[in-house]
Amino acid sequence: MAQDPANNLRLLGLSEAIAKRWHWQVNVSIDADLSRCYVEGDRDRLPELCRWLIYDLEYGLGSLIVEETEGDWLLRYIFYGEPAGEQVHLGVRFNKKENTVPSISTIIHAANWHEREAHDLFGLVFEGHPRLINIVRHEEWPAGIHPLRQDFDASQPYPHLQVDSWRPNGVVQAPGAFMMPIGPVYADAAESALFLLESVGEDVIRTSPRFFYKFRGVEKIAEGQPLDRVLLLAERFSGTSAFAHSLAFCQAVETICQVKAPARAQALRVAFAELERFRHHVAAIAGVCNSTALAVATSQAGILEEEALRLCGSLLGHRYLFGLNLPGGVACDLDDRQIDVLSSGVQTIFRKLERLYNLLRYSSSFLDRLEEVGLVTKEQARDYGLVGPIARASGLARDLRKVLPYAAYGEVSFEVPKEEEGDGYARLRLLFREAEQSVNILGSLLSSLPIGEIAAPDLALKPGAALGWAEAPRGAAFHWLRIDEAGVVRRYHLTTPSFTNWHGFHFAAEDFAYQDFPIILASFGLSNAECDR
Amino acid sequence: MWEWVWEGIRQGIVTTGYPARAETAAGVSPGFPSGLPRTFTDPEEAETLAACCPSEALVREGRQVIFRDQRCIHCYRCLRRIAPPQEWRWQGNYEWAVSPRPRAELAKKFDKSFRRSLHLRVIDAGACGACLSEIEQLNKPYYNMHRLGFFLTPTPRDADLLLVAGPVTEHMRLPLLKAYEAMPAPKAVLALGACAIYGGVFGSSFASLGGVSSLIPVDILVPGCPPPPLAILHALLALVGRAEPHRCESIASPQGGESHV
Ligand code: SF4
Ligand code: SF4
Repeated sequence: MAQDPANNLRLLGLSEAIAKRWHWQVNVSIDADLSRCYVEGDRDRLPELCRWLIYDLEYGLGSLIVEETEGDWLLRYIFYGEPAGEQVHLGVRFNKKENTVPSISTIIHAANWHEREAHDLFGLVFEGHPRLINIVRHEEWPAGIHPLRQDFDASQPYPHLQVDSWRPNGVVQAPGAFMMPIGPVYADAAESALFLLESVGEDVIRTSPRFFYKFRGVEKIAEGQPLDRVLLLAERFSGTSAFAHSLAFCQAVETICQVKAPARAQALRVAFAELERFRHHVAAIAGVCNSTALAVATSQAGILEEEALRLCGSLLGHRYLFGLNLPGGVACDLDDRQIDVLSSGVQTIFRKLERLYNLLRYSSSFLDRLEEVGLVTKEQARDYGLVGPIARASGLARDLRKVLPYAAYGEVSFEVPKEEEGDGYARLRLLFREAEQSVNILGSLLSSLPIGEIAAPDLALKPGAALGWAEAPRGAAFHWLRIDEAGVVRRYHLTTPSFTNWHGFHFAAEDFAYQDFPIILASFGLSNAECDR
Repeated sequence: MWEWVWEGIRQGIVTTGYPARAETAAGVSPGFPSGLPRTFTDPEEAETLAACCPSEALVREGRQVIFRDQRCIHCYRCLRRIAPPQEWRWQGNYEWAVSPRPRAELAKKFDKSFRRSLHLRVIDAGACGACLSEIEQLNKPYYNMHRLGFFLTPTPRDADLLLVAGPVTEHMRLPLLKAYEAMPAPKAVLALGACAIYGGVFGSSFASLGGVSSLIPVDILVPGCPPPPLAILHALLALVGRAEPHRCESIASPQGGESHV
């Protein structure tokens, strides 16, 4: 959100280029404060604009947001760049009596699930989409009911059909082919999801996942609620990345209301976000150890995870960092003693983690199970718009903390680590390196926290809409929020890293030995609560 | 492999002494406000306190504010957002299990059959991930529930207890019912966390039922968002008659309000 003169120049250049090329056909406006270029055009212009942004300018697709106005559909495609600090929002508006729009999935695969979701929840038809079938709604939903439409009443229980008849589309047909379902309830405390493993003989050749068992309709139940309540939803729909999501939400509110959190709050937000990332990565490492059945390493990592949870709990009240963010700042300060406890606590845990990592690095039986398992190539990652540690382990250094710096990230110096191989071991290494980097960021930040208030004194509500974002532990999170003059939420759209990355999971889960499945799953480390919302 | 054996020995034992001894380490529980019910001289003051609570855990009755732990989600708004009432205290304990039926009934149903070992099947019925993570900690060295005879099992057919977290989404209604039906009798159900009790922040809506008890009978519940591992452990012990539940009281409803046993 910082104003960077180079960004402004680029924004100007961009808007001129668009105006020149699509003269009279599109409207272009730029918002220098938000480093954002907004282009609104006709449905028919959409594919060529997308192609140009993606292939000529190398932007990535972040999200697709659907809104209903009085008489129109408003579709907003969010693009953001790798090295550049600006976003491009592509708006398409058309009469609500119609419901078709050209699909861009054939141009950029990353759009595929976004379009399916919009089809499912709003009933829009994306012409040319290769596989426009349900993704969110399960068979309990009657055809023609689209729960995110404005005329759908979400306050009442909806009379779902009592059916139990789901069959996947298109199953491998070959002699000796069989299908192995895993889920929706499986292993110990795993999240609910279904994976169909298709096999002809020894190896699994394909995995088709089915998600949204945990669909709580968070975006819909937020509508009509005051900000204070929606903050609770933003924070608790995905409890293992609660701080990052509440941060993205609060930043959206602050952009709408033109409030800036004080410097100390910005710095504390970075500290808490890195603390969350650190804890998440330790837990993810424990998950990988567990999946390879390496008992001592699993115990060790489990001990470190609990120590990180206790550190959070003892300093900030909540083990999962709930209740810390507010629109305008944070709710909890750290005094000098607590700052010391936090830095030394994180350091101590990290030293033990390093020791564990060094043992793991030389355990050939452990490495054998991770190397070349669950491969995702750089091209696949780019094509599917993958984010977070998974993208970075495949050679795509994509990180919102760098690309679109928020809170105090513009002021801390850090590198975005990256690995090239894109296998399970690369992802594990990356988790270690990022955990280390979080410790370093925490160390440098906590030694020089700005003095002052931790929250803006008062928040005058204004109507409007804005995008908030944060690099959550699993990758890029975008929260689109629209509120009215009373501060009541009218539209809330969540784009989560788990949703984005599950889309690319099938690359990692094809042609593998059956017993490797838990390892592939753990090395992805995604959350269904975060994906399903 | 010897380096792993050595590493295991080097680490030593970290497991909590609970239930033999109370656990006093910092950060093991998000805690609840304490010192309630409280009577205020000014009803306004009572109203201010109750109004800051987004989940109706703090309720004003005249000049008094009462606390309903089943509904508390540890948002700390009562602690941080309003000038704390004098002597406002926060209590970091964790023995929170509530039995929705009188104690004797619980004992009659389970004490004998489950006392020595209990097999649990976890069902994620739309939980946010934090509740599940706390269950996982029970299987790890700090809590190590095996030492107390509690085991996770992958199949409902071997399960004595269903541990349900989340507000029960419509899409999980059927898998939950199927798991319940597949269990051998006597079967027990534990509702874990605010979501499983009354829907938590998600309430009851077009997409979720707002708690487990609207679908299957619940034998014990643990308030909290999420309940820390020790609170879950306490509930398990209470279920098999090796600890006393904190209270016997009927389950909070998604619509708010509460009845007393
Ligand atoms: S912590 Fe939050 S939910 Fe609990 S009593 Fe206080 S205000 Fe209510
Ligand atoms: S009770 Fe709280 S922690 Fe548990 S699933 Fe619900 S929101 Fe998450």
